[in-house]
Amino acid sequence: MQDLGPLIPRNRAIHPVPHDPDYKTTLTRSPRLPLLSMESTPSEETGPRFGHSLIGPLDNNLIANFTGGESLAVGERILVHGRVLDENARPVPNTLVEIWQANAGGRYRHVKDTYFAPLDPNFGGCGRTITDENGYYEFLTIRPGAYPWPNRANDWRPMHIHYSVFGHSFGQRLITQSYFEGDPLIDLCPIAATIKDRSQLDRLVAPLDFSKSRPHDFLAYKFDIVLRGRRQTMFENKPEGM
Amino acid sequence: MVQKLDTLQETPSQTAGPYVHIGCMPSFTGITSIYPQDLGASPISDGAKGEIVTIRGEVYDGTGWAFRDAMLESWQADANGLFPEQEGADPNVSGFARFAADKETGVWELRTVKPGPVPMRGGGYQAPHISLWIVARGINIGLNTRLYFDDEDNWDDPLLARIEQRPRVDTLIATKIGESEYRFDIRLQGEGETVFLDL
Repeated sequence: MQDLGPLIPRNRAIHPVPHDPDYKTTLTRSPRLPLLSMESTPSEETGPRFGHSLIGPLDNNLIANFTGGESLAVGERILVHGRVLDENARPVPNTLVEIWQANAGGRYRHVKDTYFAPLDPNFGGCGRTITDENGYYEFLTIRPGAYPWPNRANDWRPMHIHYSVFGHSFGQRLITQSYFEGDPLIDLCPIAATIKDRSQLDRLVAPLDFSKSRPHDFLAYKFDIVLRGRRQTMFENKPEGM
Repeated sequence: MVQKLDTLQETPSQTAGPYVHIGCMPSFTGITSIYPQDLGASPISDGAKGEIVTIRGEVYDGTGWAFRDAMLESWQADANGLFPEQEGADPNVSGFARFAADKETGVWELRTVKPGPVPMRGGGYQAPHISLWIVARGINIGLNTRLYFDDEDNWDDPLLARIEQRPRVDTLIATKIGESEYRFDIRLQGEGETVFLDL
C-alpha cells in the first residue's frame, strides 16, 4: 500500500470547546491537560473499510427498516442527502455513513430515554449507507421531534440527526449532528453553542432542498460533510483514499 | 487582500450523546430487527495468528465515577504489525472493534490479537499498540488515545518519547493481570489523567 501522506492537522478552533459550563456534562468529561500532538502515523492513516455487501436494501430507509417494510413510521417524511468531501474538496467514495435519531415526537428507542412522548412501534431510529463513487449518500426518514433534556431547568434539543462518518482512515473519524433550517431552538441549545464560531455552527444546519423533494411524497434537506484530508503535492492528485 | 484559499474546513464535531448506541451498536439497546449484527462486533475472526488477549477497563470522569454510556472504537495492526489491505496482512484480522461500557458497571472489554510493532514513515518502529477513540455524552469531540502493553519494549516508541512528564507515559500502558489478560483504565480528567492525542 502506498504512502498517501500525513493527515492535515485538525483545526480545533472550528470544533466545539471541550469544556463548556452551559453543557453541564462536559465539566467532568473534558481533559484538563493539553492534547499530545505529532504528525500522523500509519495507525491514524489507515482505517476500516466496509463493502457495499454490508448494506441491506432497507438500511438507509428509516421509515421502513424497523419492521422490514411491513408498516411505516409516523411523521414528516423527509429525504436527507448530501456529499462527503475531504478538505481538498475531493469526494470521499465508498465510505460508511451511519445516522440515528428520535422519532417524530422526540422519543428515542433506548432504555435510558424516559421521556413520556410515546415510542412509534414502526420506528427504530438508525440507518446506514455507503457513499457512491462521487461521495453521495441519502436517507429516507421522518423528521425527528425536539425533546427536553436534563441540563439547565428548561433545555430542549432542536430537531437533529446524529451522523457518524468513517472516511478512509481512523484519524478521519467524525461524529456530528445536523440541524434543520429555520428551527428557533438552534439558537437556544447549549450543545449547538459549544461551537463558538457561529459560521461553523451554520455549517451543521441543513437547508430545505426542493430540488430533491418528491411531490406528494417527501421533502428534502441537504447536508454535506467534510472530513480531514491529506497533505499532498500536485503530483499526487488522486481521488481520496485511492 | 490576498487570494482566497480553496481548501475546505472539516465539519465541526458534536457530542455523540447518551443514545449513541442506537446508531452504532443497536443491539445494545434492543434494536435487533434492522441489521444482522452490530458493526465491529469483533476485530478478529477464527484463525487469527498471534496471541489472543482480553483487555478490560473503565472510563472515569473527573469525579472518579465510571462512565456507563461511553462507546469506544479500536483500530490496530495484526500480529506482524500490518494493517488490513497491506500486503501480507492476516486476512482474519479486520482490526476494527466497537464496544461499550456496561450499562450497570461501566466495565468494557476488548478481545483481540496482540498487535506487532508498526513501521514508521521514514524508518523505525512504533511499539505494539491499539488506537482507541472514545465518544459519549459530554464529550464534544471524540478523544483519541493509545493502549500499549507493559510486557513489551516501549522505550523506543516515538509517540511515548514525546511525553514530557515521564510519569504520564504510564497512563497509556495496559497492565498484565493474568495469562493473556490486561487492564487499561482511562481517566478523562484530574489525577492520573490519560494522555489524549491530536494527530
